[in-house]
Amino acid sequence: MTALWLALLVSAVGSYLLKLAGVSLPESILNHPKVQRVAQLLPVAMLSALVAVELFDGGGRYALDWRTLTGVAAGVVALLLRRGFLAVFLIAIAVTALLRLVT
Amino acid sequence: MLGRFVEEPLPERAAIVKAAIGIGLYAMAFGASFGAISVGSGLTLAQTMVLSLVMFTGASQFAFVGVATAGGSPLAAVPASLLLGVRNAFYGVPLSEILHPRGLARFWTAHFVIDETTAMAVTQATPRAQRYAFWATGLILFFLWQLGSLSGALIGRAVNPSDVGLDAAAPAVFLALLWPALRRPEARWVALGGAAVALALVPLTPSGIPVVAAAAVALVFGLRPSGGDDERTPDREPT
Repeated sequence: MTALWLALLVSAVGSYLLKLAGVSLPESILNHPKVQRVAQLLPVAMLSALVAVELFDGGGRYALDWRTLTGVAAGVVALLLRRGFLAVFLIAIAVTALLRLVT
Repeated sequence: MLGRFVEEPLPERAAIVKAAIGIGLYAMAFGASFGAISVGSGLTLAQTMVLSLVMFTGASQFAFVGVATAGGSPLAAVPASLLLGVRNAFYGVPLSEILHPRGLARFWTAHFVIDETTAMAVTQATPRAQRYAFWATGLILFFLWQLGSLSGALIGRAVNPSDVGLDAAAPAVFLALLWPALRRPEARWVALGGAAVALALVPLTPSGIPVVAAAAVALVFGLRPSGGDDERTPDREPT
């Protein structure tokens, strides 16, 4: 089994076990306000980190493709205009693909 | 005796199914982008589908693909995707009160504990409607999520990912998932902090670590002594 398959199966089964823990553990453990706040902020910190890493990590050093950045910026404009997920996704890849085609 | 089994028709039934189909179609588009990005990043069709079938929680799946294919050890993707899945455990609190899963039922109920099913269940007025909303949303969304992932993966296999701009897709998806949370000022600081920590670590640590280290920002902000809003309302956005 490759390392990728191993990582994938551990992550997938682990994600299921987290859900199972939620419907199995006594409520008192999960219902603590501070614990809930951390749980609520975790995806915020990590999704933001993922955006940063996807845009500026070129394999252990900083790298930037201005076409990708412009595409994502166009996606941000779509978000500001209250467009839905699909519009944001399509605009970001279309702008990036277009810039790559003409440059 | 029979009366117990012939239940009154559920008045909210049509409205719930309609909403569940709407959420499911949205999830299908989201799943298609996942499939395309996953295969475009180098995962096989089988790996992509195992993620959608077994992991079955969007943000963690995207994070797994992003970190596992970033060039470092794929094992770095394990903590990244699991930390993003922690919130599903907390959905178990309201859902256990609604569904009362016992014995073996826990094992299949748990699989459907995600953002969308929680949001749909907790917003219904009666316990019966809550249970119906959980299962209708869960089953419809599961089916359409798989269909979306599969079609996205097949499309992703047919094209050159960077030609069609798919490298912009992952950061755009993460931003779209993050966006609704940024209405809260505290969340904006956490987002800024998470990005700063991750960026600072990019040249210093193996890939995957910067994303996991960003979790510390959530820990510090969440545990700090001053108050803040404690209420918790799951979004309908698929995260």
